[in-house]
Amino acid sequence: MLREPVVKKLINDPADVLAESLRGVEAAHPELRVDHEHRIVYRARAKSDGKVALISGGGSGHEPLHGGFVGPGMLDAACAGEVFTSPTPDQMVEATTVVDRGAGVLHIVKNYTGDVMNFEMAGEMAAADSGVDVRTVVTRDDVAVEDSTYTAGRRGVGVTVLLEKIVGAAAEEGQDLDAVESLAQRVSDGGRSMGIALTSCTVPSAGRPTFDLPENEIEVGVGIHGEPGRHREALTGASEIARQLVDPVLADHDFTTGPTIALLNGMGGTPLIELYLMYGEVTRLLTSAGVEVARCLVGNYITSLDMAGASLTLLAADEEMVRLWDAPVSTPGLRWGA
Amino acid sequence: MTQSLTQAQLVAWLGAFRDAVHEHRDHLTELDAAIGDADHGTNLTRGMDAVMALVDADDAPDTAASLLKAVGMKLVSTVGGASGPLYGTFFLRAAAAAGDAETLDAEAVLGMLRAGAEGLAARGKATVGDKTMVDALTPAVQALADAVGRGDGLPAGLRAAADAAAEGREATTPLEARKGRASYLGERSKGHTDPGAASATMLVEALADAVA
Repeated sequence: MLREPVVKKLINDPADVLAESLRGVEAAHPELRVDHEHRIVYRARAKSDGKVALISGGGSGHEPLHGGFVGPGMLDAACAGEVFTSPTPDQMVEATTVVDRGAGVLHIVKNYTGDVMNFEMAGEMAAADSGVDVRTVVTRDDVAVEDSTYTAGRRGVGVTVLLEKIVGAAAEEGQDLDAVESLAQRVSDGGRSMGIALTSCTVPSAGRPTFDLPENEIEVGVGIHGEPGRHREALTGASEIARQLVDPVLADHDFTTGPTIALLNGMGGTPLIELYLMYGEVTRLLTSAGVEVARCLVGNYITSLDMAGASLTLLAADEEMVRLWDAPVSTPGLRWGA
Repeated sequence: MTQSLTQAQLVAWLGAFRDAVHEHRDHLTELDAAIGDADHGTNLTRGMDAVMALVDADDAPDTAASLLKAVGMKLVSTVGGASGPLYGTFFLRAAAAAGDAETLDAEAVLGMLRAGAEGLAARGKATVGDKTMVDALTPAVQALADAVGRGDGLPAGLRAAADAAAEGREATTPLEARKGRASYLGERSKGHTDPGAASATMLVEALADAVA
């Protein structure tokens, strides 16, 4: 049955949202270049020969991830899929070939079935066609998903942002492909995330919220695609919700043995004043649990369209990761020291 | 009675599948909204529109293998998500199995569908009972194999395959998903029909309709 859209959006034809948004990215950022045919965002000025290149990609709707993290110190290119839909192997092969500076390319993939399969086909095709040395790191940090060899496994969420920053800095300073790949794996292994949603989100082509969430309930363990979480609970105060983010993350990994990098992330529809309030609640709990937050980010970095809610990502870092975190970065979504 | 699949019937199959995903686009998307991310209907209609533009073109590939290969590549590059590589792999493997066969008799059609279904299952690392497309395709291939073994002929065999696919689709409803995005829901995925099994059933039904 056809239904009329019920959620207001700043769009023209829902089918043109991605193409038209990429035109805006190109207009706003002369330091980036957009290949509209393949839907790839590149740096306008490629990095120098002999350096490892990083590409990532995924469904759109998570902005600034990934296109907003293209630039010196982070990604070399990002492949954009339709909203919440993985990009396709031909895009990834094109991006891989263009950014390769002779030192190999790292694919950064979030653990979603579609993303993993498309990047897998792209890796097979790129190796067969152009002989580029492609390595892959798959992030899988969402503790809301039970880990099992019989399922798709944990989703890749917030740690992807931290990984693109840290590993991007390593590639920028000239670390070779083996070192970059190994660092990426260590960052992926040390990250844990948990998210909650106050509302659903609305995919432009659907026109109405992906799931129904009663006014007085929150979705606990939500992902970044409007997929429902593991269970629902009554809406409580921020201090209780902070506990629902912090407890499962701390229960899953030891964050007391070294410096921790924290990301308190907004899902897209929650104002910064609430995100900072939540961060205050989160740090109180972390401090009492003996976790030392060395660096943090608070804001909308890996979003789910217009969903209201937040996620917490903690990364058990080491001194090298903190040093690389502090290195200069210049992208639309993250910029310091440059 | 038709005993081999013609090029015109292959084209009719693809057209019927395109029509089915258009007609049931919102239904597929609603099934996906319940346990996935609400894009299955949209993505498949976009992919099959691109496929039919290729199939209807003047320079469309004129052998079964070349046509199915072009369809597979087109689906991989236009559908995205998990469905793109899965259906893409189905058609690429079916193309390889068709090889340079002059006529696709019942045995050849069975070989094609079996290769496609097995390739798809391998790409998704799924087996029957995981609540995926495989739950419709595997019993469909088995039903066709049984029919071919009995000497039933292609139309009857494909109708049996379509019925088996539909049965497999219905059987996904009570299952807990073990692959794909629905698996993140655990117990909560129970009670919903798998959207991939629903579209895969349409694929088999479209083939049965094309040779009926």
